[in-house]
Amino acid sequence: MNQAENQKVRFYQTGTYTVGNRLLDGDIRTVQASSDRSNSLDSGHRACQGCGEALGARYAIDAAMRETNNQLIACNATGCLEVFTTPYPETAWQMPWIHSLFGNAAAVATGVAAAMKVKGRQDVRVIAQGGDGGTTDIGFGCLSGMFDRNDDVLYICYDNQAYMNTGVQRSSATPPAARTATTMPVGPEPGNQFGQGKNVPLVALAHNIPYVATASVHDLHDLERKVKKAMSVRGSRYLQIFVPCPLGWGSKPCDTIKLARMATECGLWPMFEGEYGEITNTHKLRRPSKVDGYLKLQRRFAHLFKPGQEGQLAKMQDLADTNIRKFQLLEEGSDDE
Amino acid sequence: MLKQMEGSVAVAEAVGLCRPEVICAYPITPQTHIVEGLGEMVKSGKLENCEYLNVESEFAALSVGIGSSAAGARTYTATASQGILYMAEAVYNASGMGLPIVMTVGNRAIGAPINIWNDQTDSMSMRDAGWIQLFCETNQEAVDVHIQAFRIAEALSVPVMVCMDGFILTHAYERVDIPEQSQVDEFLPPFVPRQVLDPANPISMGAMVGPEAFTEVRYLAHHRQMEALDLIPQVAESFREIFGRDSGGLISTYKADDAETLIVSLGSVIGTIKDVIDERRENGEKIGCVAIRSYRPFPIQAIHDACKHAKRVVVIEKCFAVGMGGIVAANVRMALTTLPLPVYTVVAGLGGRPITQKSLHRLFEQAGQDKLEGLHFLDLDKQLVDKILEQEELTGCSGSTAENILSNVGVVATAKV
Repeated sequence: MNQAENQKVRFYQTGTYTVGNRLLDGDIRTVQASSDRSNSLDSGHRACQGCGEALGARYAIDAAMRETNNQLIACNATGCLEVFTTPYPETAWQMPWIHSLFGNAAAVATGVAAAMKVKGRQDVRVIAQGGDGGTTDIGFGCLSGMFDRNDDVLYICYDNQAYMNTGVQRSSATPPAARTATTMPVGPEPGNQFGQGKNVPLVALAHNIPYVATASVHDLHDLERKVKKAMSVRGSRYLQIFVPCPLGWGSKPCDTIKLARMATECGLWPMFEGEYGEITNTHKLRRPSKVDGYLKLQRRFAHLFKPGQEGQLAKMQDLADTNIRKFQLLEEGSDDE
Repeated sequence: MLKQMEGSVAVAEAVGLCRPEVICAYPITPQTHIVEGLGEMVKSGKLENCEYLNVESEFAALSVGIGSSAAGARTYTATASQGILYMAEAVYNASGMGLPIVMTVGNRAIGAPINIWNDQTDSMSMRDAGWIQLFCETNQEAVDVHIQAFRIAEALSVPVMVCMDGFILTHAYERVDIPEQSQVDEFLPPFVPRQVLDPANPISMGAMVGPEAFTEVRYLAHHRQMEALDLIPQVAESFREIFGRDSGGLISTYKADDAETLIVSLGSVIGTIKDVIDERRENGEKIGCVAIRSYRPFPIQAIHDACKHAKRVVVIEKCFAVGMGGIVAANVRMALTTLPLPVYTVVAGLGGRPITQKSLHRLFEQAGQDKLEGLHFLDLDKQLVDKILEQEELTGCSGSTAENILSNVGVVATAKV
């Protein structure tokens, strides 16, 4: 782990490879562990129990607030995050925040950044944020335009792999085989089709922007480091955070962090960083787990465990194996090498 | 300073004098020369302290404008035709949020069939979107109204659409008086937003509003437009004091006081109508016209007062509601509800068809004798339409109509013989 490079933590202190905040020096503890975090997304909002997106947003924005000395403006796409934080006349945002439309968060952020530039307030930084539908589907044109112009915005996509706010419909970030309201688990190939969908982090990378990363709510240190890195550079930056959705996935609210970790550990959610078109860092796996354990905890994949669906399940494992090969996720000298 | 120049270039200069801070540019005919002109002004340094962004669509153009305006920057963009449809969602959003963006519409038809020439269907499609819509008769008026538009928008927190006929104005070279920077600075104070995205004073903008307050929010939007009915003439008066020209306002009239036949229209065709009126006045006909300069808010009282002594009203409009009839005429009728006079709807100039003096003479002749049907299509080729209808009846097929019509006109028809 990253912080272990800075600080020697002895194995006997924890008995595992994990390193808790408690044992770390103050300056490398997480922003979330700090009592003076900004709480920009405050408590009292209306997210579901176990909502990964609420966690992801809280982690990312508190980290970005610290990096910018609280000089931050957020532009939000329509979606769960917008709805559960701002039921009029209440708001959970303790920061300047604007919601315009479903598909234009990136463009609105571009406009805010342009206004800050023209007013000589370049100390004020701008983030845009939305779910996977608002990012990879309907907001994709504006997102690509923002990348193309290299506008000074960090775009954060909270990826829960479907349109959850409207009742769990397929998006271009929905994984194959997943049940959604528009990809029902019926017919010979139940759930979402194989061979579709888009990897927007890689598409973002292809725009040659300064920084692209994938992160996950289970690894707070890694997520905060990536936000910090993103805020240390100017130009367009893209961060896609894996955020399980108990409602849409049919998982237990208490399993949100566990599922996020399992998705990474089996290779289905590769975590990587890239700069100017090249992958510069990947989160290595010591011993990749099989996809079964991750899939089994979610009702959206329940049909994969019925008799006769072994082929579909094997194809899911293929996806993970392909990721492991393609992103070179295996740690050197790891058990599977 | 008087200059011989293209309408688009004149508008670009006028907008530049208003010191916009963010300009979003996306090309669409016939508006393109305006943003090209502004781009050059920003790049050369003539227009300082301005961010000029080349965006990827009209939807992005107005969305970027929403962000910059919400962050307190004076914001301008321009569009036309398909572009305004593509940004429709953002058009409603900008007004709903009360963002004083100024946008030029180089009026053009909407497809299919694709048509790049002038009519006013594009602006009319957004007439109920909550924007103030100001129509211009000449390029001088376009220059003046743009300067007034920023002041009106910022005074009321309502976005303003300045509508000028594509090609007929945007591409016409004529003599235009471009104001001095000092005059514009005197007329137009800097933009001071009442709400702004600022870390020192964090607010949430664009929150969800449910049934408990949505009607009230909409009512307030209407209330601001009603205030605009007072403000628009005041701003025009203030403009006259500084620039010495009558421009803007809600309506203008021409030889209307004693007119028995009143032509009501909007945009550049007013010029042709005035010429025809002059000729008919020489023969003693009591005819005049009313130009609608502010279409939203719609000046019901002003139009009522201007028309109350007339015997008949002829509304000439470059748009129409398919399946219903006139769009402008329906509004004019509402203004004249209590007056016992016929209101004729004339649909003219669609897709760039010229509205000639000859056709107008014929039209006014018929109108003067009350021989017009309620909904009249100026210069409609009835023979061609009947032929197509007959063919359709024979084949019983459905499908694309444009090509079928074209095959009956011009060289294609000649070649078939």
